[in-house]
Amino acid sequence: MIEIKDLHKSYKMGSNSLHVLKGINFTVKAGELVAIMGSSGSGKSTLLNIIGILDGADSGDYTLDGVPIEDLTETKAAQYRNKFLGFVFQSFNLINYKTALENVALPLYYQKVGRKERQKKALNYLEKVGLKEWATHLPSELSGGQKQRVAIARAMAAEPKVLLADEPTGALDSKTSYEVMALIQQINDEGNTILVVTHEEDIAHMCKRIVHLKDGVIVEDKKVEQVRAEQYV
Amino acid sequence: MFDIERWQEIFDTIRKNKLRTFLTGLSVASGIFILVILLGFGQGMQNGIEQEFKQDASTSVWAWPGVTSKEYKGLNPGRRIQFINENFDKVSTMYRDDIEYESARIFVRDVNVNYGKEALVYSVQGVYSDFQFIENTGMIDGRFINYQDEISTGKVAIIGKKIQKDVFNEVETPIGEFIDISGIPFKIIGVFKEMREREEERIYIPITTAQRVFNGGNRINNLSYTLPPVENFDQAVAQAVNFKNNLQSYLQQAHTVAPDDTGAMQVWSAMEEAERYYGLTSNIKIFFWFVGICTIVAGVVGVSNIMLIVVRERTREIGIRKALGAKPWSIIGMILHESIFVTAISGFTGLIFSMGLLELVGPNVEVDYVSNPSVSFNVAFATVLVLILAGTLAGFVPAWRAARVQVIESLRDE
Repeated sequence: MIEIKDLHKSYKMGSNSLHVLKGINFTVKAGELVAIMGSSGSGKSTLLNIIGILDGADSGDYTLDGVPIEDLTETKAAQYRNKFLGFVFQSFNLINYKTALENVALPLYYQKVGRKERQKKALNYLEKVGLKEWATHLPSELSGGQKQRVAIARAMAAEPKVLLADEPTGALDSKTSYEVMALIQQINDEGNTILVVTHEEDIAHMCKRIVHLKDGVIVEDKKVEQVRAEQYV
Repeated sequence: MFDIERWQEIFDTIRKNKLRTFLTGLSVASGIFILVILLGFGQGMQNGIEQEFKQDASTSVWAWPGVTSKEYKGLNPGRRIQFINENFDKVSTMYRDDIEYESARIFVRDVNVNYGKEALVYSVQGVYSDFQFIENTGMIDGRFINYQDEISTGKVAIIGKKIQKDVFNEVETPIGEFIDISGIPFKIIGVFKEMREREEERIYIPITTAQRVFNGGNRINNLSYTLPPVENFDQAVAQAVNFKNNLQSYLQQAHTVAPDDTGAMQVWSAMEEAERYYGLTSNIKIFFWFVGICTIVAGVVGVSNIMLIVVRERTREIGIRKALGAKPWSIIGMILHESIFVTAISGFTGLIFSMGLLELVGPNVEVDYVSNPSVSFNVAFATVLVLILAGTLAGFVPAWRAARVQVIESLRDE
């Protein structure tokens, strides 16, 4: 699903440049649930941004679902993001003046799905994350865990090839974190490919594979025995 | 533009950001409001000045005698010029083709006017029949002096409406009544009205009668003419200037006056005067447009500024939208569409308010040189279109900036 070969990325900081990714080689197959770990400054967020086509690499190859991702115009990048990728963020990033339902329906709007169809689908996904009764509520009326579940529903509504979660539990307490992880595991069980960036060991062990990043290179890449999150809920 | 989804998006954003939208709209609405009021006032000035010139025939040319101020051909300055019948007749034959109506006038002085036992203190003026058309005198009863009265030195009089109101309020009509001018009875045959009440306090009698009966000899006090109508304003001005110069040089020759002696006589052309005022109004109109355009520019800068703030405020939202697959043009379209929609609605609001105000107050404004300020709908509509266009331009920079929002930076946690 994701193939990355010898990926480099550096940022210009005034006169000197900061080499963040120093040759990443990385493959993810369909249906995997991968945790990307590393301390702050290890380059994990940069890697996720490149995978999410939110940022371009300086050199190296990136293929997503057989499509080479390089030299994209903004429009093309937007199209690929919409078609291939779903995003979940640490700070939820819901649009605060739209209801839960409207937030979930937004990616479908950019897919040019009709309004009726959009609302039906969005409601469907809200039901899946257990928030059907909250459809008409604004984000400000939801708890953190509920917001993140809405965000996950939004990410899934576009039916992406890959779900990218950047510290999805970073702003949540551990009980809520486990609830969210249980949801992510459930989505993974249905066959979806998911990448989770985290720095929490217990969250990482709820994935099926852990990739450790340190100073811009992958230092460890191991399969783990998945810990099911339901048992903590 | 006709994408219903986009409209729903816009109504959503507007509903959720009422104050911001209101403030944006207010600057645009007041811009249009000020512009329309200014233009209306400019139109009002034009109307007022046009009205000011309607009281006399617009092509009229007048000559008044004065006192010489320069020595000329051995004659001393300080000589009083007196026009005589011969001057009038000469001009009449020399410029027959240039003249439409002509009249000399004499002010009959030192006479007592009585109606029955009542003494009337109104000026008595001897004029020719053409004078009616030169002064734009409207008859509301009876008739004006005619040629027959002139040759027969008829004892007839035409009185102003004000005199009828003041003196003849007890009779049904003053026509057929007799007034007594220095012991000679004159029959009233007509009542006239003028634009100004002051000019209705006159009694007109035939000039021939005035000269013969009241010892006027061949003296006349002024000359007045109108010129035949021509196709356009410029031609009319040229014709008036030409005739005025001819008349002036003839009179100067006839009375041995230096050509550059401005005090000896005054020759005045309404057309020339009108041209000066029209030049003034068009200058004022240009000035008002200039001020109006500046107001709109200020409004546009305001809109642009507010939209920049909007973009900044919504950076995160735009970042989210882009992450979810919004294309750059969809972001540009969203911001532009909103700015145009808000500009158009508030522009129309300002337009309706200002036009309403002009409509209500305009007809009641009757000051000198300002009358019925109003704007033609076309002008107003054009300004709204200009404003919308300007709003689009103003919205484009912020929209472009919105499209350039970097997703990663906008979503970075503060």
